[in-house]
Amino acid sequence: MRPREWLRSAMAAATVPVLAVVLGLVAGAAVMVISNSLSTGVTDVGLPLRAYGSLLAGSLSGLDEVVRTVSEATPLILAGLSVGIGFKAGLFNIGANGQFLMGALAAAGAGAAVSGWSPLLAIPAALGAGMLAGAAYGFIPGALKAWTGAHEVVTTIMLNFIAAALIAFLVTGPLATAGASFARTGDVGNAALPLIIGRPGGTGHLGILLAVVAVPLAYLLLFRSVLGFEMRTVGANPSAALYAGMRPARLIILTMALSGLLAGTAGAGQVLGISHSISASYSTSVGFDAITIALLGRSHPIGIFFSALLFGLMRAGSALMQIRERVPVEIIDVIQAVILLFLAADIIVRTVFRIRAPGSGVAEELETVTRTYGGAA
Amino acid sequence: MDVLYGIPIIGLFVQFVAYIVQIGPNIAPIMLAISVPLAFGALCGIMNERSGVVNIGIEGMMLMSAFFGFVAAGFAAGSVDFDTSGPFGVTPPILLGVAVAVGVAVLLSLLHAWLSITIRTDQIISGTIINIAALGLTGYLNRIFISPNPRLGAGTFQTWRPPDWLTDLPAVGWVFNMFLKQGPIAMSLIVFVIVVQVLLFRSRWGLRTRAVGEHPRAADTLGISVLALRYRNVILGGVFAGLAGAFLTLEQTGSFQNGMTAGRGFIALACVIFGRWTPIGAFGAALLFAGADAFGRTVGLIPPTGELAGLGEVLGAVPDQFYGVLPYVITIIVLAGAVGRSVPPAAVGRPYVKEGQET
Repeated sequence: MRPREWLRSAMAAATVPVLAVVLGLVAGAAVMVISNSLSTGVTDVGLPLRAYGSLLAGSLSGLDEVVRTVSEATPLILAGLSVGIGFKAGLFNIGANGQFLMGALAAAGAGAAVSGWSPLLAIPAALGAGMLAGAAYGFIPGALKAWTGAHEVVTTIMLNFIAAALIAFLVTGPLATAGASFARTGDVGNAALPLIIGRPGGTGHLGILLAVVAVPLAYLLLFRSVLGFEMRTVGANPSAALYAGMRPARLIILTMALSGLLAGTAGAGQVLGISHSISASYSTSVGFDAITIALLGRSHPIGIFFSALLFGLMRAGSALMQIRERVPVEIIDVIQAVILLFLAADIIVRTVFRIRAPGSGVAEELETVTRTYGGAA
Repeated sequence: MDVLYGIPIIGLFVQFVAYIVQIGPNIAPIMLAISVPLAFGALCGIMNERSGVVNIGIEGMMLMSAFFGFVAAGFAAGSVDFDTSGPFGVTPPILLGVAVAVGVAVLLSLLHAWLSITIRTDQIISGTIINIAALGLTGYLNRIFISPNPRLGAGTFQTWRPPDWLTDLPAVGWVFNMFLKQGPIAMSLIVFVIVVQVLLFRSRWGLRTRAVGEHPRAADTLGISVLALRYRNVILGGVFAGLAGAFLTLEQTGSFQNGMTAGRGFIALACVIFGRWTPIGAFGAALLFAGADAFGRTVGLIPPTGELAGLGEVLGAVPDQFYGVLPYVITIIVLAGAVGRSVPPAAVGRPYVKEGQET
């Protein structure tokens, strides 16, 4: 495709997502004003502007802030790719949260065990442990679906809760470090990812590069490899894939394991790059953000990259917004839900902005997901 | 018995059975209470899926109802002084809370119906939106309305105390205890389960619902309005999700925590499948999950002792977190075992388009 054509099709694909984000911000503003006037009795129309202003100040106003934005986006890129690759293959991985947690747990455990090794060995060992744990945790729902028909939407959610309990158990027991004031794993020491940008003690760790590299890799896998072609075929039409001689069961398992590997990498990166240990109550919402990000990016690696940056920006700036304007950080979750709503019901967006051009639904790949819900492939 | 208990492994199993028999009557009312949100959620799922709509947003509907029911009751109790309370500790604020909870779930169901029936959005995405919106909105509003008012709350319904002569009956007394030592929402569950079961299989509405879920085109040909029936059932299902939410904050705990539904909406979906899309089956499945949950909570409080000390040692060695995840593990096992063997309504998850109106 020529560059100009490519640009045109990219813009056409981005229209609805961008407008959905705009509407999401408007709805977030409305929620701020209304809830503020209900709880304080004062109707403050300027509040959303100031809140969004401090959101931007907290995420873009200097190098530190930009580094924080990028490092917040890092796990979101990886987890977004995790969910997006699943979508392409007709699988709905709501379990990125659990896979992230398993990646974090394994990286923390392995990292503490090899903390004395040379970084050249310790980092690959801890990172690899996290990636493998994530992949194994993605393998489970994949195998359950392929072999028994148990739908991944329910099994992955259950596995999320199980992962949290496993962390609580291992971190209070076998993996607990001695002498800490609360239950946590030992420091990962030499397995910590080195800083590559920003101030010392900041969050500009090597894992950022990992996420950036994952984007073209995912693109190559999905659109330039046989495996990717097979995955997309199974996602679009499982019976056609079967007749063409592909093996849907194998592809389902492989896709879920790969999806888990990406989410596990995200978890390992957070631990080895930022927190360096985990507590018994370690938790995340990355997996849910990742669903929005994958849909917003239309399951395309490049779209996911930019969507993840947007959410990284909101997550990075929300703390300053809460401090300055007393708008709870949870407003980001509300905005996220509204964006999702407008993506799914793009008919609203099209009506509001009078878009006539026909477009494909954002969630088109998902037809397979819902069709297999009852257990029939 | 001592002889039996002494056999390796099998002895442990016998001890286990003895332990269940020993604690069973005591935990039966707790077990029923734990099953209430699961069974109401499952009723919601049945109403949806029987007419061909997948609803994975039950979790979010429950959470939103639990929140808004709690807040409405709390603010009503805080602004007007009510000291009259009827049977079950019924007060006007709590009733208002239940009404609000049901109303909120019905509104969310309406959204789900519109998204998945009218504009034919993917149904699983629609449910996911509701789940994510519920987590976000309740978390946000919790910070704004509940955190600054730590004393907010209208209390809960009271459990009824059945007369002693009834619960002391030999052999069956504990059954009365189980079903009657409950609050009003829990007691209404049993009525709803039976009513929906009978209506689904013995009424015109039930026949039409099942027809629409199995073969919407055939139903349409016979003059049944597929879309209208689906709308009605999804919205009615919302009533049950609302009662499940109301139960959590207005009957069971009397407080709200972020994410307090803790996957119950999804376990309810497993109950639907395990119960083969029938209300009574799903209620049975809910009792199974609740039994596992109640067992896990009891082991720490009343460990097996005396003759059963061998079992106590084994159970005591299992970490607490294991008992906590039992419902989730069982959900996965049940799904893996039941799917394929129990057949879902054929049209589940497929939006209906009238012939000649395909776009």
